[in-house]
Amino acid sequence: MKKRHNLLEIKGLTSFFASLMAIIAGLLFGLIILFISNSEQAMPAFLTILVGGIVDGTKGIAQELYYATPIILTGLSVGFAFKTGLFNIGASGQFTCGAFAAIFIGIKWTFLPPGIHWLIALIGAMIAGAIWGAGPGLLKAFFNVNEVITSIMMNYIGMYLVNMAIVKTVYDSLKNQTKPVAASAIIPKAGLDKLFNASSLNIGIIIAILMVIIVYIILNKTTFGYELKACGQNKDASKYAGINEKKSIILSMVIAGGLSGLGGGLLYLSGSGKYLQVLDILAPEGFNGIPVALLGMSHPIGILFAGLFIAHITVGGFNIQLYSFVPEVIDMIIAAIIYCGAFALLFKNLINKIIKVKFSENMQDNKTNDSSNGVSTEKSEEIIKEES
Amino acid sequence: METLYFVAQQTMYFAIPLLIVALGGMFSERSGIVNIALEGIMVMGAFISISFINIFQSSMSGQLLLILAVLVAGLMGGLFSILHAFASIRLKADQVISGTALNLFAPAFAIFVARMVQGVQQVQFKDTFYISKVPILGDIPVIGSILFRNSYITTYLGIGIAILSWIVINHTRFGLRLRACGEHPQAADSVGINVYRIRYAGVFISGFLAGIGGLAFVIPTSTNFNATVAGYGFLALAVLIFGQWRTKRIFYAAFFFGIMKTFASAYSGIPFLKGLPISNEVYKMIPYIATLIVLTFSSQNSQAPKAEGVPFDKGSR
Repeated sequence: MKKRHNLLEIKGLTSFFASLMAIIAGLLFGLIILFISNSEQAMPAFLTILVGGIVDGTKGIAQELYYATPIILTGLSVGFAFKTGLFNIGASGQFTCGAFAAIFIGIKWTFLPPGIHWLIALIGAMIAGAIWGAGPGLLKAFFNVNEVITSIMMNYIGMYLVNMAIVKTVYDSLKNQTKPVAASAIIPKAGLDKLFNASSLNIGIIIAILMVIIVYIILNKTTFGYELKACGQNKDASKYAGINEKKSIILSMVIAGGLSGLGGGLLYLSGSGKYLQVLDILAPEGFNGIPVALLGMSHPIGILFAGLFIAHITVGGFNIQLYSFVPEVIDMIIAAIIYCGAFALLFKNLINKIIKVKFSENMQDNKTNDSSNGVSTEKSEEIIKEES
Repeated sequence: METLYFVAQQTMYFAIPLLIVALGGMFSERSGIVNIALEGIMVMGAFISISFINIFQSSMSGQLLLILAVLVAGLMGGLFSILHAFASIRLKADQVISGTALNLFAPAFAIFVARMVQGVQQVQFKDTFYISKVPILGDIPVIGSILFRNSYITTYLGIGIAILSWIVINHTRFGLRLRACGEHPQAADSVGINVYRIRYAGVFISGFLAGIGGLAFVIPTSTNFNATVAGYGFLALAVLIFGQWRTKRIFYAAFFFGIMKTFASAYSGIPFLKGLPISNEVYKMIPYIATLIVLTFSSQNSQAPKAEGVPFDKGSR
């Protein structure tokens, strides 16, 4: 039993190191880009990126947490669907629908008592997102329609529908955006704003962390989560084992949609002067969820840290404008990290190989329980042979 | 009649880039590599070729410049897509991940370079490529007005690419090998086909076409490039699946979507639709809703290549 535990730990650790190597590779790529465009300012700008918001003390950290909240949720959404073998590229539409529902309830349902108004608005956001996620799920389960396409279509339909709904219901025509929500619908700050000395911070980040924990429990501690993962690993085998794969697909998309929708609600009820605008642009937070999920390897805890990390360097990216660099450097770095993340298999096998060498030196007697590791090492040797 | 011509000409502007890019996607997916990076490749192709036009338009103009720009766009798209090919073929990486990375990279790169070089992110160009009427052909009744007036050379290029793709995929040795690699790479390998090389070729062609598609999208619709192709890469992916990975169906799918999109964007130019009391947003939704409905009824028997998305491992035969 103890040995097995060791092995699992190592597996998690290698994933972590693989991500870390991808991050380092991506950052190095960013450094090269900075050097090519302006070698004199490159080093200070690079340090600014690394330091991120911390340079502004608690205020900067608050800024990072504020930025991280919605992308952690869209990241969870994409990651959750990934576990069932679905690619939810529709987080953007779900996010927008959730945001609209939250704002609508926030403005119109003022009859609700102040203590729970914001809570109802957030629940409304989740339901709206879940409904938007259900569409692709149902179509996939019953009509075998590729979820990537339906999600993309639903993104656009959602965007136009919300634009239309805003104009008809909660429109501020002077500013081409939604009216401000009632004060009781704004998410409480619970002293976080004072703690961090930043007005934009509220308990949204705590709700996001709570969702991370809930998703972790669903995926790892429940039968339902097991069924979802089984479906993602091998659809036919799980069908044979009596798992209702149609139900799994639909529920997975519903939950994914709900998470994205909640992300929208959290962002637009934060009371930091952000309004839903009537523009023909898909919400970028939905697409930012994809790299967060990939970097976090679709693991809830990984996604939490990936969201925080991306928020960290994004804030750093805003700051490098001081050195007359463009913040898009960060997007390039993130892209490079994701690209290197695609090499995760290679990195993992390399690490496994190193560990294996050390293992066989130290623990000759451990050989028998190590069969799975052995297979992947063989594979890595094969890959390395191919490389050379 | 004038309305019909107007709709037909507008449809070309929407349908042709979708057609070119979706055909590109077909080459990649039929070889077994999912190419979700079409959007990014379009942006890259459009950015480099529009910059090329921006630089050379003082010394050159008209169709020659456009043809050169098309080549530049294609080469850039092809080169950029090699990154995707390398990760997904050589390193056997998850193809969705590397595709997403390319999608993230391209617009950031375009904005970064444009702002570093010229201060603003929009790359301007003079539209010297507009053809108000093709000589002789433009005088043919009906057809002349539909196809050979108010057009761009990219329209004919797109149709040419469609015909060529159909021939290559269905009637050449390369096409047969490409399809084999997408359906059953182990079998292809067993008869001595180099699966890796064929897949590289498939992805390169897809990048080449997607790059051209990016240029074909920007030229008729704007006079500056702002680091975006408005989701056309993703729509092309929809057209590809809608078209069931088959050349002819992709052709119809692209035009179906193009017509829908034309109604959405130009309904106020159509007298009959202008009078109806329907919100502008509803028209904009129509193409997407229509695609959803058609997909619902046509997806039961998906003809996706069987080995699509599965890295080829020589040892697993």
